Amino acid sequence: MRYVTELHRRFEAGGVPFIYVSPSASILALDDVSTAVLDHFATGADLEEWVSTQGEEEEFAERYEVFEGLVTQGLLKPEGEVAPAAEPLPPMPYPLTTLVLNVTNKCNLACTYCYEFGEDKLADALRKNGDARRSRMSSDTARKSIDFLFENSAGRDEVSLTFFGGETLLNFDTIRDAVLYAEERALECGKRLGFALTTNATLLTDEIIDFLVTHRFGVNVSIDGGAGDQDRHRTFKSGKGTYDEIAPRIRRLIEANRGEGPPIGARVTLTEGAASVQDTYEHLVEELGFYQVGFAPVTSAPGRDYALADTSMDALLDGFRALADDYVEAAINDTHHGFSNIEDLLRELHQGVNKAHPCGAGLGLLGVSTEGDLGLCHRFVESGEHEVGDLESGIDQEKRQQFLRDGHISNKPECQTCFARPHCSGGCYHEAQVRYGDASHANVHHCDWVRAWTDLGLEAYGRIAVGNPKFLDRLDGKQGAPAGAAMEVEV
Amino acid sequence: MKHLKAINQKARWIEERSSRGDPSAKAMADIPFGCSTQLDPGWEVDSGGGTYGLCTPVERDLYDCYHACYWPAQVPDVLTNFPDWSSSCGAPVHDWSKIDLVFP
Repeated sequence: MRYVTELHRRFEAGGVPFIYVSPSASILALDDVSTAVLDHFATGADLEEWVSTQGEEEEFAERYEVFEGLVTQGLLKPEGEVAPAAEPLPPMPYPLTTLVLNVTNKCNLACTYCYEFGEDKLADALRKNGDARRSRMSSDTARKSIDFLFENSAGRDEVSLTFFGGETLLNFDTIRDAVLYAEERALECGKRLGFALTTNATLLTDEIIDFLVTHRFGVNVSIDGGAGDQDRHRTFKSGKGTYDEIAPRIRRLIEANRGEGPPIGARVTLTEGAASVQDTYEHLVEELGFYQVGFAPVTSAPGRDYALADTSMDALLDGFRALADDYVEAAINDTHHGFSNIEDLLRELHQGVNKAHPCGAGLGLLGVSTEGDLGLCHRFVESGEHEVGDLESGIDQEKRQQFLRDGHISNKPECQTCFARPHCSGGCYHEAQVRYGDASHANVHHCDWVRAWTDLGLEAYGRIAVGNPKFLDRLDGKQGAPAGAAMEVEV
Repeated sequence: MKHLKAINQKARWIEERSSRGDPSAKAMADIPFGCSTQLDPGWEVDSGGGTYGLCTPVERDLYDCYHACYWPAQVPDVLTNFPDWSSSCGAPVHDWSKIDLVFP
């Protein structure tokens, strides 16, 4: 029988050859013997013929063991064998783990690139009957959302509540009430509960800081770097920059939180003309004291002046590579480095995620609008087309399931020949909606980038696997559930 | 295994289950399931930014006529005279028919 290889990526790191097997997302280390077996079958080869040319000696038994291992790991398959069709949906109703409350859709800033307010906005400003939407979530709606989360998270020991906006702190009263109520409900239900919040930091007061620290919020601060970058796009409505306003507030937050809640992270939106990622990282970590920094290229339809040009994406990749090198060095020496993009990627590579859907939108995560409508995620709330029910009538299961069926990896033809498919799975639904007018479309404008970034991640992974393998298992313990927890449901 | 070492958790899991004869190992090596294990709103970073896709499906070949220049077909000069020639075609799979003729 003739055996052929499935989609994979071979790479070398720390002097060791590795292979990333796309159908399983397994990562295997090779040596001379396994490399030779792999090379033999690389372009397809007949098994019986191969066996007949091998001797009976012990070495052949070892080579045959390699062959079987490669079959087990999903790399080698009999030619023509079709993989079993993936189930389009996990068992439904799939329990929630995270609810994102858009506590307000107002903001005190006027960031020029913001999808909430700019030309790329998906949300409908008016209700179907023509009335304006409520701009702030009431405490009553927040409490109903919390009840809804606990009712729809059967089997989950831990749930999380994320506050999003607009600028979340414009509605701090609702947040405070919601947190106290949710903590009561969590005790009653016997579930662990986590809070997260994204803010632009302009409204942080000592009282709010104290509250966030006491209730162990995971706080993400949206900030673009030093004064130059921050003030280019992140401005007050008057056009005045915000850096001088937020820097002292951020320092107070980080100081108050030290040794208390989860470490504070910065979230940088990358736009055309911004400083290098290394300079931005250094500023945020060394000057302001952030524990982690994550970078996100701006979401935009093509042609916006802040959109990153392709050449800038290349420069960005170089910057990411330099930061990733620093991260690997720190990992090998068992020290902390706060480049969160690479840490997230390494964690997923280590777990071996093989995603049917790019993110948890509509699966374990839903967004709630100020008025209690349910959206696929926080980015889609109030977009009529993507609403999946409301707090009163519950989840529109049919619509949710149709969305998940459409967004399944098997429906994205562009992804079928891509080795980076297991962790990318086509990319952000919202980005696809902005770019292609279709949330289930693969983000093909990202493909080169994702593959280059995955290569970078695989090499970093291999170097750590060689230099300090224990680090990788610890990394997994730092956040999230093991991928296997999800796999268990499937098999 | 002596010459092939399972490094990440998935590989170790498949190896371990397979050695017990557990058929779920086969499913694990084949079937995509679930989504991101990291749900951090506001940190949508993994999908990055980027340039253009591959030459599959076939409609994409059109782009390779001027991006990578390997395909022997003629397309308008997008560098200087017709920079917007393909701007109506964000996703070739769906939009290829929207691309119009140009008249020099």
